[in-house]
Amino acid sequence: MDEHREVTVTPDRYLTYRYAGASGDFNPIHLDDEFATAVGLPGRILHGLWTMAQVARVHGEMAGDPLALKSLSVQFRGLGVPEQEITITSKAREEGVYATEAVQDGNKLVRRGRAVLRI
Amino acid sequence: MSSYLVGREKIREYASAIGEQAPICHDVEAARAAGYDDVVAPPMFAAVYSWPAMAPVVTDPDVGIDFSRMVHGGQEFTWHEPVVAGDEITTEAAFTNQIKQGELNVFTFTSRSVNQRGELVCEGTWTNIVR
Repeated sequence: MDEHREVTVTPDRYLTYRYAGASGDFNPIHLDDEFATAVGLPGRILHGLWTMAQVARVHGEMAGDPLALKSLSVQFRGLGVPEQEITITSKAREEGVYATEAVQDGNKLVRRGRAVLRI
Repeated sequence: MSSYLVGREKIREYASAIGEQAPICHDVEAARAAGYDDVVAPPMFAAVYSWPAMAPVVTDPDVGIDFSRMVHGGQEFTWHEPVVAGDEITTEAAFTNQIKQGELNVFTFTSRSVNQRGELVCEGTWTNIVR
């Protein structure tokens, strides 16, 4: 298995609407630019759990099985926005344990991530 | 405590929304060939089936979170038995503690989800930060 992996993903313009429907999280900060701006955000932002799901997916793909992921813990920091590339990095720390983060335009959306794969 | 019936199309919809293309998450035949009864939920679908149990605990006035100032600070999941379409997942959620870190109040919650056979499928730790 790779010692170090880097994967990029770009959420498209309508991603937050599809994820809202799929997850049931219709918080307007993810759907409505006007609302988001009024509460001090740069515009509508990505769902943190969608970004975490990207980190999870990268580790499942490394193992060749989405269910190989045994645990994942992350801290959410920066606010993700649609239509900008996100880079997910993963570095092996010990057998089956990876340090991971997700960065968009220099902004850490997910930091101090720790993924454990079943081995 | 709240239960969630996992639908086949919901798994497909969720998998598509997160870009998960593994055939076991979309195709019943592929899932059966891999030894599952039906399409398999991606691990992070845990956030979907456990939220109906979490919501009333997180919004409990006794916990006292000011939602206009709340952000999702961190999340941890540990997965056990697989979740497939047709499963009925019951989640128990609890408020663990509140810690003051400088100007911030950090609220921690836990969730524990089991399937219709009583088998543990997922444990979660949810951290919300109130500025």
